[in-house]
Amino acid sequence: MTTFAQIFRSIIFDKEIMKEVSKVIKNLVLIIAAISSLQSFAFSEGQDEGAVNTKEEVSEYINHHIKDSHDFHLFSFTNGEGERKHVGFPLPVIVWSSNGLVTFMSSEFHHDDNGEVIVEKSGSKFVKLHSKIYELEEGATSVNLDESHHATNAHKVLDFSITKSVVGILLVGLFMLWAFSSLARQYKNKSVPTGFGRVLEPLVIYVRDEIAKPNIGEKKYRQFTGYLLTVFFFIWILNLLGLTPFGFNVTGQLAVTAALAILTLIIYTFSGNKDYWMHMLWMPGVPVLIRPVLAIIELAGAFLIKPFSLLVRLFANISAGHIVVMSLIAIMFTLKESLGVAGATGLSLILSFFITLIEVLVAFLQAYIFTMLSALFIGMAVAEHDHEHHHDAEGHEIPDEEDVRADFI
Amino acid sequence: METLINDFSPGLFVVQTILLLGLIFLLVKFAWKPILNSLNERETGIQEALAAAERAKADMQNLQADNDRMLQEARAEREAMLKEAREIKEKMISDSKEQAKIEGDKMIKQAQATIESEKKAAVAEIKSQVAELSVSIAEKVIKEELSGKDKQLKLVEKMLDDIKLN
Repeated sequence: MTTFAQIFRSIIFDKEIMKEVSKVIKNLVLIIAAISSLQSFAFSEGQDEGAVNTKEEVSEYINHHIKDSHDFHLFSFTNGEGERKHVGFPLPVIVWSSNGLVTFMSSEFHHDDNGEVIVEKSGSKFVKLHSKIYELEEGATSVNLDESHHATNAHKVLDFSITKSVVGILLVGLFMLWAFSSLARQYKNKSVPTGFGRVLEPLVIYVRDEIAKPNIGEKKYRQFTGYLLTVFFFIWILNLLGLTPFGFNVTGQLAVTAALAILTLIIYTFSGNKDYWMHMLWMPGVPVLIRPVLAIIELAGAFLIKPFSLLVRLFANISAGHIVVMSLIAIMFTLKESLGVAGATGLSLILSFFITLIEVLVAFLQAYIFTMLSALFIGMAVAEHDHEHHHDAEGHEIPDEEDVRADFI
Repeated sequence: METLINDFSPGLFVVQTILLLGLIFLLVKFAWKPILNSLNERETGIQEALAAAERAKADMQNLQADNDRMLQEARAEREAMLKEAREIKEKMISDSKEQAKIEGDKMIKQAQATIESEKKAAVAEIKSQVAELSVSIAEKVIKEELSGKDKQLKLVEKMLDDIKLN
């Protein structure tokens, strides 16, 4: 017995081991603190649903996912008492209401999305309905819904909240700032970057040489390359972020793609040269009577169709990708009865694995297409039209070799 | 369409526009401008280095050609010098031979002249000695012969015969 006690004491009082033990305890405390803080953010009073099982629940869940949300939801589970727990953290809500700017945390809605929880702040009452924040009209105490689920006694407010999409944008923005400014700093000391910069540099060169230069032209590409590079990496990284289990769907938000498309519109409209406006408003080389008609078509093309095609293409591709991936994952539940648990799970895993591979390609492709088309539109606006075309022996025009842009439209 | 419009969040649009503009501004200032400038610098540097290498190669080739030409020239010069030397040698030899021949001829001629004169002198000498001898013989003979008349005559005859034979 004494020997055991001695060994025990020697272990306890051994300095090295004490250090190790205290380290382990410290780490454990930290982990527990982190978990409990996450739990404290958790919206445990969720009164809803339970596990997502039926087809309707699945499509409801997918619809909810592709929308923006006011809290960062990681996962949900049902605990021992049959209570539904949601783990995640709340995000700040910033709205411009009839009583001015109002801010509070989204946890005050207690994970309600049906307009049942009313938050009263600075004299205004807010509810959250289908991921949108509504302000109740004067005197209303609860939200009234018509048969198509629209609020009749509440109106939408201008919502500047730090939503999940804004978090995604901020994260990607910070990441890009960190990554590319560290790449830029590397050039001060060495001409060839090392480490992560070695991965980034070819991508930058790719955008410059394959997107900016061929579409805008050697002479003018430089001043637009900054915008094109930013947009390319912004869209690409956000698309990839959307494939992670965090479930960002930033480039699948119309507001985000619209902002991107409108910025491109502004850039090519304001950098358009005389030839560009001439060809748009008073097309040379066609009968005078047709010119106004062409002008209308050209104006519609430049101000509506081009930006609209940009914003819808990106939005639709990314949203569709998310819906398809999530639907294929949902095969696990929806086909459980007909295929059995193993069959449904296997099928779901195989299909969603391959579609995710395709989505990784689509993530790049959509970033490339958006940037390429932006560069193309800018290139068309700044192109120098060489009116003295070369003529061959029979007097036919030889098109300029570089000027193949029109073929892409 | 209605759901799409309903889903469109003007607030998010404003936030996204502001953040995107800020991101573009910061990235252009701190990343794209230095990166693109360094890339351009590096590319022009590489191009210049390649051109310099090309020029060095051309220079090298010129140098090689020069060397070859100089070698050729040196070889030709040596050839010419050798030929000249050979010619000089031959000329010298032939000249010497000529000289020697002339000298030899001259010497031979002299020798012949000397021999001739010597011969003449000798002949003259012989003649005078013969004359003296003949005189002394004649004296002796005369002395002898003159001792007897027959003998004197006989001797005269005999001598005369000898002279005739000569």
